[in-house]
Amino acid sequence: MTPELGQGALIVAFALALWGGAAAAVGARAGRPALVESAQHAALGVFVLLTLAFALLVYAFLTFDFSVRYVASNTNLGTPYYYRITAVWGALEGSIILWGWMLALYTLILVLRQRERARELYPWALAVMLGVMAFFLAVMTVAAPPFARLTPVPADGRGLNPLLEDTGMITHPVALYLGFTGFTVPFAFAVAALATGRLGDAWISLTRRWTITAWYFLSLGLLIGGWWSYHVLGWGGYWAWDPVENAAFMPWLTGTAFLHSVMIQERRRMLKLWNVALVILTFGLTLFGTFLTRSGVIGSVHAFSQGAVGVFFLAFLGTVLLLSLGLLAWRWDALRAQGELDSVVSRESAFLLNNVMLVAATFTVFFGTVFPLLSEAVRGVKVSVGAPFFNQVNVPLFLGLVFLMGVGPLIAWRRASVDNLRRNFLWPVAVGAVSAAVFFALGVRSTLAVLSLAVAVFVAATIAVDLGRAVRARRRVGERALPALAGLLTRHNRRYGGFVVHLGILVIAVGVTGSQAWSVQTETTLKVGEAAQLAGYRVRFDGLGTVEESNHFKVVGNFTVQNGRTRPAVMQPSKKFYPQEQTPIAGVDYWLGLTEDLYLVLGDFTRDGGQATIKIQVNRLVSWIWIGGFVLTLGAALAVMPERRKAA
Amino acid sequence: MSRLLRWLIPLSAVPVLALLAYGFRTDPRDVPSPLVGRPAAAFALTTFAGEPVSLDGLRGKVVVLNFWASWCYPACYEEAPVLERGWQQWRERGVVVLGVDIQDTEDKARKFMDQFRITFPNAPDTTGRVSIDYGVYGVPETFFIDRRGYIRSKHVGAVTEAVFRAAVERLLAEPSEPRAGG
Repeated sequence: MTPELGQGALIVAFALALWGGAAAAVGARAGRPALVESAQHAALGVFVLLTLAFALLVYAFLTFDFSVRYVASNTNLGTPYYYRITAVWGALEGSIILWGWMLALYTLILVLRQRERARELYPWALAVMLGVMAFFLAVMTVAAPPFARLTPVPADGRGLNPLLEDTGMITHPVALYLGFTGFTVPFAFAVAALATGRLGDAWISLTRRWTITAWYFLSLGLLIGGWWSYHVLGWGGYWAWDPVENAAFMPWLTGTAFLHSVMIQERRRMLKLWNVALVILTFGLTLFGTFLTRSGVIGSVHAFSQGAVGVFFLAFLGTVLLLSLGLLAWRWDALRAQGELDSVVSRESAFLLNNVMLVAATFTVFFGTVFPLLSEAVRGVKVSVGAPFFNQVNVPLFLGLVFLMGVGPLIAWRRASVDNLRRNFLWPVAVGAVSAAVFFALGVRSTLAVLSLAVAVFVAATIAVDLGRAVRARRRVGERALPALAGLLTRHNRRYGGFVVHLGILVIAVGVTGSQAWSVQTETTLKVGEAAQLAGYRVRFDGLGTVEESNHFKVVGNFTVQNGRTRPAVMQPSKKFYPQEQTPIAGVDYWLGLTEDLYLVLGDFTRDGGQATIKIQVNRLVSWIWIGGFVLTLGAALAVMPERRKAA
Repeated sequence: MSRLLRWLIPLSAVPVLALLAYGFRTDPRDVPSPLVGRPAAAFALTTFAGEPVSLDGLRGKVVVLNFWASWCYPACYEEAPVLERGWQQWRERGVVVLGVDIQDTEDKARKFMDQFRITFPNAPDTTGRVSIDYGVYGVPETFFIDRRGYIRSKHVGAVTEAVFRAAVERLLAEPSEPRAGG
């Protein structure tokens, strides 16, 4: 009965979304508020029904209702209850319903917050949101129904993919989807601006905080994904340019470009066309990402099911792109720039360059991701594009972007004078140059590492210069240093939130640089009692043990680890054998540290337990990536706080 | 930009969409098996019924060698009735369906076979040897072996009626002994 109820809720929600979308559009066009009001009720109804459906699916998981195909495919009697809840979004059907629920939530917030504020744009934006909603509900009711029944009912289910039994996998999809779905809001307002012809910066100011929120969740999703990859997959890395990672990274790149380019439109009335195009591109890329992960068109380590869903997504992606780009072409004349670039040495051009680089990186990643497909279509040859391609093109771009992070916020608008340049950049450039010499003297020999660390120092120095100057200015009017700093952060939260986010990115950049440049590893086979040495660590093999868990069998390697003067400690990397999996799953054991992580992965072992292969890695500065993520979180939170400047 | 040229912007999305649509015609998992066209690796197993079965003993018959597991849901559940019907329909004409159960527990495997009323021979691959020899990557995988003992095709995923019929009929149409020089 429960599954039928859930399916019924989805069907009614689908009808409501269709009605609401149409009502809002007609209401907006004909200027009939009653229709728009009806659409609002529909949005509320969709949210309630999707909440109900989602709760019913969770209930089916908790009660092991194997008569539901999706439950039987993603859980079994051994799955602990907390993973039974997260297994709900462990595969296609459930992740679509989670996605839909978030979209319904965003739509509801949009109704609650914007209905009084943006009378012209709002009905169109609501129509777009509900239209997108209707698409996802169509997927849920037709292509990937989460409540589909299964006969005969199996006695036990297949079980969750063991790699997903991890806290990172609980939060990663949630953050990622909040990011993906969040970009629907700026997209909806961009389409509303195109539809109404109100192409000023109203739609941009309305969506600023939405965009930052979406961007933040997307960043968080990427970082948690990296963390999951690092501590679960057991290959010692956090990013592999896998198609599915790329799929989430591309909208992040264009979303980042958009966050910056809107500032030029607000300030200089330039880049109207570019901003609309960027939002369309970003939203299109979130759909493309879903298409990529759900269609099985491009092979990936993230194994997902194939089926009708891919066709649905491609059709929708096509519709979205053709319609919104068509609108853009239609409004071409109105979108053309009013302002002009005064000088190459100006904040506008720094931001433009930032945008060009971000879009170039997006294109590179897109090209590398679809290249296997292109190659098969044109030459009939299966190829894969590896990390070297992505790194070669993107590393210089990212280095340039980090450098611009120092230039953009400080350089003058319109035309930077020599005085402006000297005042803002003399010290940071000097500090950066000295730091390069220091790093070299400390023994850093990789040109890339010296360069990226020095650039990071330069950017940090620009932030320090700016903050220092602002604090001094406030002290002159009698404030003390710390309250002055706090006042700056909260009153000019948009600017300084951005600075904090930049700091977070810098810390991440240092982590990436360090882990690429200085990580070391070794792989060796040890008999019981033998030890291996790596980078000051002594790792001794003490034998194997076994543990029977509720849904798998675990072979544990016991190792005693010692580093110089520290006391010996035990580390236990393992191999987990799940009955439903062909190959065992690595259970990594690791010590995280500020400067380095020790990372152990158990390899093959003899049956008698007398001998085992162990991979030892000392990964440098990886923790900086997670710390940077935390800083970024603080900055984003600061930036989305309501502006208090005017009230103060 | 002229009035017409601006419409190139939406149109520029078309080739990208076409390329992605082309992707539906390809299957990234369809990596050709190097074993196709080679002699099938010999094996000797004991069926769940306790009878010995070996590839050598099946020479002269068309063998449908199916790797499965009771936990392999849904593909193995989908193909089980197909395999059983195929066995019923073609056994008179010299086709043997042989199931190899891998990475499974005996009671669950027996329950699976009872559930689908499987009558063709099935044997557990207790050491994993056979699945390694055949390069089995996941379940289900099915190998079609001709009368001379050569692997002629491999199917990944659930076997459908059409796949079964086409593969078996093709091999049955061939003469059982190679012609001179063949």
